[in-house]
Amino acid sequence: MSEISLMPEEQYHRLQQRDTSEVKELWDLLDEVKDPEIPALSIWDLGILRDIERQGDRIVVTITPTYSGCPAMDTITEDIEAALNAKGYESLEVKMQLSPAWSSEWMSPEGRRKLRNYGVAPPEDADASEDGLTPDAHALCPHCGSRDTRLLSEFGSTACKALFQCQACKETFDYFKKI
Amino acid sequence: MSDTIKDATLEYAIRLGDDANVLGHRISEWVSHGPFLEEDIAYANVALDYIGRARMFYGYASELANDGRTEDDFAYMRDDRQYRNLLLMEMPKEDFAYSQVRQLFIDIYYGLLLPELVKSKDDTLAAIAAKAIKETRYHLRRSRDWVLRLGDGTEESHRRTQRAVDSLWGYTHEMFEMDDTERLLVDSGIGVDITKLRDDWHRQVGSILTEATLNVPEDSWTVRGGRIGYHTENLGHLLTEMQFVHRSYPGCQW
Repeated sequence: MSEISLMPEEQYHRLQQRDTSEVKELWDLLDEVKDPEIPALSIWDLGILRDIERQGDRIVVTITPTYSGCPAMDTITEDIEAALNAKGYESLEVKMQLSPAWSSEWMSPEGRRKLRNYGVAPPEDADASEDGLTPDAHALCPHCGSRDTRLLSEFGSTACKALFQCQACKETFDYFKKI
Repeated sequence: MSDTIKDATLEYAIRLGDDANVLGHRISEWVSHGPFLEEDIAYANVALDYIGRARMFYGYASELANDGRTEDDFAYMRDDRQYRNLLLMEMPKEDFAYSQVRQLFIDIYYGLLLPELVKSKDDTLAAIAAKAIKETRYHLRRSRDWVLRLGDGTEESHRRTQRAVDSLWGYTHEMFEMDDTERLLVDSGIGVDITKLRDDWHRQVGSILTEATLNVPEDSWTVRGGRIGYHTENLGHLLTEMQFVHRSYPGCQW
C-alpha cells in the first residue's frame, strides 16, 4: 500500500503565505541566504524566515531564532541586508520576532532532504523518547542508512543539534533536535 | 500600562535578565575545562541559551526604560550593587558536581516558573518564556542525569555531590521570596507567584536526590540579598572579567 505523506499544518501555512505574498520575488531572492552553521540550508528551508512585507517603499523582513542564544542571528541579519541591497533595495528593516517560538516542524520538506544529504539527520529520522526529547539510540544514520546508532551527546556542535554515532559505518553524525 | 506597573515590569525584566546573564557567564567558564569534549560543548550550549535569554530580557528592559540605555548598558555598565540576580546564579563554578547540582536546582525552578510566565498578560515576557521552556527541558534532562550518576556513583563522586547539595541549599530559599514589586505584578497578571512553586520544587528535587542516594538537607541556614543588590564577593569578580573589554574599549566592534 502506498503511503500518502501528509504535510504538517505549520508547513502548509508557510507555503500558503509565500505563494500568496505580494512580494513573491523577494522570497525567491532570500532563498540565497543560507544558515551560516548549515550552509546547505536557506533561512526559508529552516523556517527562520517568518515574513516579508512591503510597507510603502520600505521592505520589512521578519525572522525568528531557533534557540534563544543562536549566535548566527546577527550574521543572518547582515546577509539578508546584503542580498536585498545587491538588488537595489536600500530602505529595509530586519525584525526579530519571538512568538510563536520556532519549531523544527517549520522546516520545509526540501530542507529535510538537503539536511540529510549534508550529513545531518533531520528531526523525523529518530523517534522521540517518552518525554518528547532526543532518544538515546536508533536515529537513522544519514551516511549509511543504518538504525544501529547511539547518542553520544545531547548537545552537538550547535544548540539545535545532538551528536550520534553509527555502529554500522562507525561515523559520527549530527541529529537535528525536535523542538 | 500605568507608570507604576511599567516601572515594576522594567525591574522584573532586569531581574530575570540578570539571573540569565550571570548564570550564562558563570557556566561558560566550563568551556575548555569540561571533563570531556561532549560535556564542554554541552555547557557551552546551555550557557548560550542563557546569554540569549539575557539579551531578550535586557532588550525588553531597554524598550521599557526608553531612556537611551541599550541591552549592552544593562549588561556592561552596571556594578554589582546594581545587579539584581539571585545569589545562587553567581556562586563559583567549583567542581563539576557543584555546577551540576546548581544547574539541577535552577532547571527545576525554571521548569516550574516558565510555564507560568507563558500565561503573563505581558506579551513580550510570555514570548521569551515560551522560547525558553523548550530549552529548559533539554537542560533539565542533562542535569538530572548527571546528579543521579554522580550521587549514585563512586564514593568520591557521592561525597562531592552531597557536599554541593549541602553548600548550595541555603541559597535556594531566595528563589521563592517576593517583594512588593513582584506582588504588584502578580496582582496585575504579569508576574509569577513564585511562592506557589516552592512545594513542587521541593518534591521534584527531593525525589531526584533520594534516587541519587543523597540526603535532602534540613533548612538550617539561609542567605538572601541578590534582589536588592547585596551580593557575595563572587559577583564582583565575575563582572570584572565580563565587563572588562566593553569598559576599556568603549564602542569597540568587530
